[in-house]
Amino acid sequence: MKPILRNILVYGAFIGVVAAYGLLEKSTYYLQLATFVGLNTLLAVGLNMLMGYAGQISLGHAAFYGLGAYVSGMLTVHLGWSPWATLPCALFAAGAVAYVVGLPTLRLTGYYLAMGTLGFGMIVNILFREFRRFTGGPSGLPGLPELTIGSINLSHGANALFLVWGCVIVAFFICERIVDSRMGRALRAIHYSERAAAAVGVNTASAKLAIFVFAAVIAALAGFLYAHMITFISPSTFNFLASVKLVAMVVIGGMASIWGSLLGASLLTLLPDFLHVFAEYEMIIYGLILMLVMIFFPEGLFKNLVKLYERAKNR
Amino acid sequence: MLTIRNLKCWYGGIEALSGVTLSVGQGELVALIGANGSGKSTLLQAVCGLLPGWKGEISFEKVPLNKKKPQDIVAGGICMVPEGRLVFGPLSVLDNLKLGAYLRYRKRDHYGIKKDLDKIFSLFPILAQRSGQHAGTLSGGEQQMLSIGRALMARPKLLLLDEPSMGLAPLVARLIFDTLAELREDGLTILIVEQNARAALMIADRGYVLETGRMVLAGKAKELLADEEIKRAYLGKDYARFTEGRA
Repeated sequence: MKPILRNILVYGAFIGVVAAYGLLEKSTYYLQLATFVGLNTLLAVGLNMLMGYAGQISLGHAAFYGLGAYVSGMLTVHLGWSPWATLPCALFAAGAVAYVVGLPTLRLTGYYLAMGTLGFGMIVNILFREFRRFTGGPSGLPGLPELTIGSINLSHGANALFLVWGCVIVAFFICERIVDSRMGRALRAIHYSERAAAAVGVNTASAKLAIFVFAAVIAALAGFLYAHMITFISPSTFNFLASVKLVAMVVIGGMASIWGSLLGASLLTLLPDFLHVFAEYEMIIYGLILMLVMIFFPEGLFKNLVKLYERAKNR
Repeated sequence: MLTIRNLKCWYGGIEALSGVTLSVGQGELVALIGANGSGKSTLLQAVCGLLPGWKGEISFEKVPLNKKKPQDIVAGGICMVPEGRLVFGPLSVLDNLKLGAYLRYRKRDHYGIKKDLDKIFSLFPILAQRSGQHAGTLSGGEQQMLSIGRALMARPKLLLLDEPSMGLAPLVARLIFDTLAELREDGLTILIVEQNARAALMIADRGYVLETGRMVLAGKAKELLADEEIKRAYLGKDYARFTEGRA
């Protein structure tokens, strides 16, 4: 009973904070910033399942983010579909691409897997740039419709915030269920030693593929939400640097930690904003802070903060 | 139960096993002994499907294992306790044991898994005490027990062990061997690969001696223990009592 009670408390508090922020914050700017934190958290938690738990690095994760955005964007702009009708298409497309790409790529390990996914991310980005007729090319695809239900607009202000964070909460819940399941144990076993995992009967290839597809679908969902919130998409949002930033969120927040994804995504999304006051020194201080985090919190923010808390409690 | 005929394996370009023949009958405890680099572990890995590209014949309960994937072999009833134990360090002891039953969870055999967990905890009470701890924090002997427990959770018909006494204190090694003898009494078929020849032959029914990829001797364990040639090569004379945890 006790862990269930704790879960209800944690999720209750989480929902409470999001609701309070959405209802009390009046500035559209800060509402949108918080929505972006949510989008990045969604991306980071998916990638964390793949990187943190299964130990498979991906330097091309932004490609799936982009696929979600572009599939939905092209169907709505060129064919005039309703955004909601494109959602399953976007998720399916990303999942299918992940399956086909993952089949050969996930046979690689370590640096080679990093190189393989890096190449994949770049190819997808080049496709976004060069298929001008469909994607609008480097200058982007404008005029995406906003998300609406009846007369309620879900792409603005507090509504967008609730939609995105609602998805985050559901994703967190699903990820926690996966981690505690037979599948989650298998993933963590693969992270530790693929051979040993195979020796206890885990089909390592299909387990890795499954979590790769899962992470891709989550990223596509984030891409879909992003595309219809901003109503304009361009390839540079989904380039290699975006992939690296996602990896940084996972590592800084904490590998193999679902709540760490929230901290990592928050820090990397909010920090540049707070550092604007430093003008030309902004990037230097940004880099310095990331370095300090990695020096003093080598296991990621979440795990090290929990440790600090426990040490303080025992004192 | 397990039949191996003319098995050849390669590591890179090197032939590690050059035509090995071996059999394990139902309910038997068979020991495979030999020095470092004689190909013992290679043989086990080939049986488990972890080493692709072997030639020859391996069959289990009359089903050939060629081209079978590791998970299919585990599902077929062969489970290995790997060399160096390879417990999943960052996972709890309980999660390690549950991982052993990975394939049974798919069949929703929750009641059977629970019963087997209790059985393992009564076999190795220390694991019950430490069930919440990370497996990486266990001592070598405890990790070996966990590794055996994890393999048993798959309910194997044939248990393979790769150097279970490696790096263990003599007393702990003895406890492990006693447990294996007990498991055999309960009807489990066991193939054990060991450098600690005497300890392995003491509990075994039959033994094989492997030397640089060839089977050089085979026979009843008692006869091998008495064999002068083996005494000279593998058992040592005076140090045995000190090194093998079995007076």
